[in-house]
Amino acid sequence: MRVSLFVTCLVDTLYPAVGRATVRLLERLGVEVDFPESQTCCGQLHVNTGYRREALPMVGNFVRAFAQAEVVVAPSASCVALVRETYPELAEETGDPALAREATALVPRVYELTEFLVDRLGVTDVGARFPHRVAYHPTCHSLRALHLGDRPRRLLAAVRDMELVTVEGAESCCGFGGTFAIKNADVSAAMLSDKVGAILASGAEAVCAADSSCLMHIGGALVRRGAPVATVHLAQVLAGEDNVCGQRGVPE
Amino acid sequence: MRDALRPEAPFPAAARTALADATLRANLRRATSTIRRRRDQVVGEVEDWDRLRAQAAAIKDHTLRHLDRYLAQLEAAVAERGGQVHWARDAAEARDVVADLVVGAGARRVLKVKSLTTEEIGLNDVLAERGVEAVESDLAELIVQLGGDRPSHIVVPAIHKNRFEIRDLFARAMGLPDLAPEPTALAEAARLYLRERFLAMTVGISGANFLVADTGAVAVVESEGNGRMCLTLPHTLITVAGIDKVVPTFEDLGVFLRLLARSATGERMNPYTTVFSGVVPGDGPQAFHLVLVDNGRTRALADPLGRTALRCIRCAACLNVCPVYERVGGHAYGSVYPGPIGAVLTPQLRPDDEHARTLPYASTLCGACADVCPVGIPIPRLLVHLRSVAVRADEASGRLGARLAPERLMLRALGRAFAQPRQFERLQALARVMRPLGGRQGRRLPGLGGWTRSRALPTAPRRSFRRWWREEHR
Ligand code: SF4
Repeated sequence: MRVSLFVTCLVDTLYPAVGRATVRLLERLGVEVDFPESQTCCGQLHVNTGYRREALPMVGNFVRAFAQAEVVVAPSASCVALVRETYPELAEETGDPALAREATALVPRVYELTEFLVDRLGVTDVGARFPHRVAYHPTCHSLRALHLGDRPRRLLAAVRDMELVTVEGAESCCGFGGTFAIKNADVSAAMLSDKVGAILASGAEAVCAADSSCLMHIGGALVRRGAPVATVHLAQVLAGEDNVCGQRGVPE
Repeated sequence: MRDALRPEAPFPAAARTALADATLRANLRRATSTIRRRRDQVVGEVEDWDRLRAQAAAIKDHTLRHLDRYLAQLEAAVAERGGQVHWARDAAEARDVVADLVVGAGARRVLKVKSLTTEEIGLNDVLAERGVEAVESDLAELIVQLGGDRPSHIVVPAIHKNRFEIRDLFARAMGLPDLAPEPTALAEAARLYLRERFLAMTVGISGANFLVADTGAVAVVESEGNGRMCLTLPHTLITVAGIDKVVPTFEDLGVFLRLLARSATGERMNPYTTVFSGVVPGDGPQAFHLVLVDNGRTRALADPLGRTALRCIRCAACLNVCPVYERVGGHAYGSVYPGPIGAVLTPQLRPDDEHARTLPYASTLCGACADVCPVGIPIPRLLVHLRSVAVRADEASGRLGARLAPERLMLRALGRAFAQPRQFERLQALARVMRPLGGRQGRRLPGLGGWTRSRALPTAPRRSFRRWWREEHR
């Protein structure tokens, strides 16, 4: 199978290690990976802040970049949720019927990483080893938009030498919410502080999630507090890259 | 008079004030987590919960689509049973109609139950102006009223107060210096205080949970039984309700009552459900008036996505699970409708209000609200939709447009650049130049002040993913 990686603008720019881990993981599982270089950003920040019209050029670019792809895989629940939930409508709004048709055809071929691993490849043991105490943060989009269910936990349960710790209030939001963290910085900080407190209390050495954006938010507070907890993307754990835990806060 | 749907401040400012109150936060956390737990438990018992939700949503959508027909049917049914319907376009019309009826009946005191819609129209103030004292029969409403406060929750209006604060308030207002801060003692004190007043009442004013079009029936759901007194003892009963409260038939009521109790208070059935229609000679109120309030609802109906907010049955489940509400409480939303439903309802009822336009941004879009909503309102989708409505409205209005210009200009420029891989890559290089700003010592940047107060900025890597791919992988 040939997979076209949508690495997301955030990973591309700030967390390339997550992208590299995704590539290594998929290749180790025998999947051929392609990176269409005309890809940029799905437009989530714009759409969710209310700048729908301003997002349309990005929608067009995304659809064209991946139109030929057999399967698109992205290491981000929130970007996949945006594409799945709003692309058919957004493409319609561009007023380009051909683009709208292509978008509607493309959407069912776009997968979040754990969906792809569990549903398409049918694997839960990816052969990884990660000798650390890890907290899993189910991000809001993993839980309530994509309904990833227990897919991430099943994948994590098969990782060797790893201890998965429980975090109190695990399913509550970390307070990121894109521009919410800036527009409503005080409420966001209050939510983040509770989340970080729960992670620290869990005794984890690392916190992992399916979204780099939430990890950036949580990691930002961990780094600011000088806490000895690393943030790692699920892809990095599943690729078995235990060197990331030596570093503090945000890897790379 | 203050419009109860117009926030006095933008949400971020009001939220900041609320966040500074540690007692408030503790009260909210305790109360919401208790209701949440109970709700999850009793909802889990219902096997066909999702089917029930879908059914309720379908009934509401159907009713809203044919609202003109059902309202006419309701009016005829009420009249047939000896009641009278009054139509009110806005809050001012509604409170004047009610005040005229009260004064016309010669009452100096009225008893109230289910007061949310009367809060929306600012009824108590107008009654006071005209020399009529309104007595709230609901314990929580009474707490709010005695404290000169405002409700901060749809179902538990005094959720922001703990029992010690309530004890102090009652001790003062009722002259009971030795009152114990125990829930039973507080409830008993309220009961004695109210009973004394009940018996002398000639006019009762109620809200409604549901209006049934085919029989002209009004359904009122409550926990204490005081409301039932308000609905049966007075000579004249005035019910004030939004036009969105209609359901077509009596059978439909069954669907909603099952959903409401479990969602609202985590009970299998609410303690008191009163259903009444019109006037029965010699039994109960001998005059019945139904005041139907629009107050922005028809306008909201015009928006096919936005109108789903009018399915709301005011169970407050979305408030109880909202992480934003849990931290700031209801007053920060500046409207009688707080929390996620308020964030989508208020700006639709008052589309011209600048402060109301900040409400759809009072959410991380975490989706917890949509998961619990018993009538399946897609609140996160609505929030995003209303944000774009706000952006376009700000654009159209010169002054506010100027305030938001930097954000708009930046996002527009980014939108264009991000649609072109070359320009995108150039911007990535800029992120690398900003490397020294990241990490623990991260500077506080203008425009990013909110972020950097409690979070470090990420440190950009030396090489983007795409460069790694080009240089090493391909
Ligand atoms: S929006 Fe849904 S969950 Fe919120 S109060 Fe209304 S019915 Fe209840």
